[in-house]
Amino acid sequence: MRRALFILPLLLFLVLAGYFTLALRPGRNPQELPSALIDKEAPAFQLPGLNGDGIARDALRGQPVLINFFASWCLPCHEEHPLLMRLAEQEHVPLYGIDYKHKPEAARSLLQEFGDPYRGIGVDKDGRVGLDFGVYGVPETYVLDSSGHIRKRFVGPLTTEKVSRELLPLLKALQRS
Amino acid sequence: MIAELGHFALILALCVSLVQAVVPLAGAARGNLPWMAVGRNAALVQFALVALAMAALMHAYVTSDFSVINVAENSHTDKPLLYKISGVWGNHEGSMVLWVFMLGVCSAALALFSGNLPPDLRARVLSVQGMIAAGFLLFILLTSNPFLRSWPPVLNGRGLNPVLQDPGLAFHPPFLYLGYVGFSVGFAFAVAALIEGKVDAAWARWVRPWTLASWCFLTIGIAMGSWWAYYTLGWGGWWFWDPVENASFMPWLVGTALIHSSIVVEKRDTMKSWTILLAIITFSLSLVGTFLVRSGVLTSVHAFATDPSRGTFILLLLLLAIGGSLTLYAVRAPALKGGGLFAPISREGALVLNNLILSCGCATVFLGTLYPLFLDAVGGPKLSVGFPFFNRTFVPLMVPMIVAVGIGPLLSWKRGDLLGALQRVWVAYVAAAVAVLVAFYGTHGGPVLAVFGFGLAAWTGAAVVVEWADRIRLFRMPLADSMRRAIHLPRAAYGMTFAHFGLAVSIAGFSASAFDVEAIETVRAGGDLHVAGYTLHLADVRRLPGPNYIADDATVEIKRDSETIAVVHPERRFFPLQQQTTSDTAIRTNLLSDLYIALGEGDQSGNWTMRAYWKPLVPWIWIGAVIMAFGGVVSLSDRRWRVGAAMRARRSLPVMQPAAE
Repeated sequence: MRRALFILPLLLFLVLAGYFTLALRPGRNPQELPSALIDKEAPAFQLPGLNGDGIARDALRGQPVLINFFASWCLPCHEEHPLLMRLAEQEHVPLYGIDYKHKPEAARSLLQEFGDPYRGIGVDKDGRVGLDFGVYGVPETYVLDSSGHIRKRFVGPLTTEKVSRELLPLLKALQRS
Repeated sequence: MIAELGHFALILALCVSLVQAVVPLAGAARGNLPWMAVGRNAALVQFALVALAMAALMHAYVTSDFSVINVAENSHTDKPLLYKISGVWGNHEGSMVLWVFMLGVCSAALALFSGNLPPDLRARVLSVQGMIAAGFLLFILLTSNPFLRSWPPVLNGRGLNPVLQDPGLAFHPPFLYLGYVGFSVGFAFAVAALIEGKVDAAWARWVRPWTLASWCFLTIGIAMGSWWAYYTLGWGGWWFWDPVENASFMPWLVGTALIHSSIVVEKRDTMKSWTILLAIITFSLSLVGTFLVRSGVLTSVHAFATDPSRGTFILLLLLLAIGGSLTLYAVRAPALKGGGLFAPISREGALVLNNLILSCGCATVFLGTLYPLFLDAVGGPKLSVGFPFFNRTFVPLMVPMIVAVGIGPLLSWKRGDLLGALQRVWVAYVAAAVAVLVAFYGTHGGPVLAVFGFGLAAWTGAAVVVEWADRIRLFRMPLADSMRRAIHLPRAAYGMTFAHFGLAVSIAGFSASAFDVEAIETVRAGGDLHVAGYTLHLADVRRLPGPNYIADDATVEIKRDSETIAVVHPERRFFPLQQQTTSDTAIRTNLLSDLYIALGEGDQSGNWTMRAYWKPLVPWIWIGAVIMAFGGVVSLSDRRWRVGAAMRARRSLPVMQPAAE
């Protein structure tokens, strides 16, 4: 019995090594994270606004929209910010933001400096909505179709490539249907 | 030619390290002294060869030899000399060369200063060092050779990532690597002890200084990284729980546990198999960190070029090093005899608590960091864990340990008197209560956690001072006698006092971040920004040329009550080569608080975004870390390390035995 205790570290390490091996398997891309909620209805939410009106799922129905979870402490969010600005200004993408678990003042100053690409921003102070969506890190971006179903999830900062290859074509397709 | 010389030196170093790995070990097994003696010379030759390779790579960088692919990809002729040199380790291949160079430094030091070690222990330790070196040299030569050429050479290089062109970051990796790699010595000693089946106080005396020295380097390395993030990223943050940061923090946590548990082995001859396990885990976590950072299995803001073949290779190394040592542990550790018994409430008990909490803390960080990986492997959603997770799990876990830091040193070995100890630190309760009240008053019932943090910091700081006063019997005997005691107190005791006090200082610094004041506005030249009672007057913004960048240099006058107290120059630097902008913040500190000013973007009409923070006590975070490392250095200078580890100190000092620490 006492001996078993001494084998435990080795066993734990072997399990870990198994996970590492799986992580290295070809074709795995740590950047790409599908959502368990794909093609399901987005969780209902109703959030107070950062500046003015709040946002709610049911009010967003009727057209495909993008929901972007962000936080001011998150470096990758700063990284994707210029791209979001471009999406909003040049592509007129209906982009909504959810300020995830952070001080609204900090979010405000972020937007003040870098510009506000969002049509509306909800404050998810305790992270409840994030939890419902399955958000664990920011930034994450969800594409909702006009019936409020989640069609795609982007984890991590959006890149020009992801936007031109996946996001914009999907939005166009959703807008046509 | 010189690059080829470096390449050749690396190949030779690999051959020598194989000799170093095999011959002394076989010698120790057969009791063949000449074979055992090979270890020393092999380690020295191997170090010389790796140093040659390092020098060759540095030469290629300093002379901007762009026919070497690695230099072309990471350097540029316009780069200042300091960054040409630091560019050597600003990339994957070069940083691996630095890694084996540091390992060579450790092996050589071990070879030189281990003359009084039993020859078979010495041979085995050097052999394990040789195995580690062989693994990493093979890794460099097969997957990450920095000496590859391309012909014809490019006209100029691609330059170093601008955010890395900073004096703080130039020295951050060498310190960090010395820390990581230094833990290999403890690992080698652990493996050697398992092979021999013998762990005693003399063994602990050897392991402890090495672990302590590595721990000091790692402490400084982590603090430098955090400080760098603070002043260059322009957001005033100093820790982001990023996988790469966590990779350096985990060995630090377990290493801290190790330097405490090795005291118990040394003084009380118990907790042996646990200490061995910690020594193995500490270095293993350094290796796992290397794997996580270089293989690209996790997403991180720190970019290292990743390559799956490298990941596979490091994984193999992990399996051999960690799997091998843990197998040895499973087979041999049960035979290690425990020594002295102790009651739960005793110095040993407090150190066990410290070990348990630090290990749990490390496990928490580990789970948080690897969570995405675990979930992904079982087909769950891919995700990552951020700030909130760590703040809610790791921080509360550390609270009981910080409380124990105040009490533990006052308990005696074997069986302590908790009540007596609690009574002796009454000053600390008063200090904690006052700190809480002051913080509470200052914030009018603001952030509860921060107020609590101040209480903890004051508690620990006061208890440390009380413990010191207790030792020298301050106010209980004539002052002259107390002073005499203070002078004769062992350095190790002072080391502990400093290290624990440093921890208290850092905790105060962490807690104070809840009281940061932030101001951000668009300002025109001649305009003002107000923050925390200061007026920041933007006098003008000028465009100045730098060596490899163009700077928008702001002149900001800091005023208080309309009197100018300082003029500072925050800058925005544009690096045309990389098309990247970095921010050079201006920080005005009085050691009690920082005034942090960053210049944001400007537009054609002369508006500038200016961001300013008033950050109370933030410098204490790094001051505390420096005090902690200083405590480690003081402890290292203790007499008992110099009198020779293989001998037990038999003389006891009249005033104090070095029993305390």
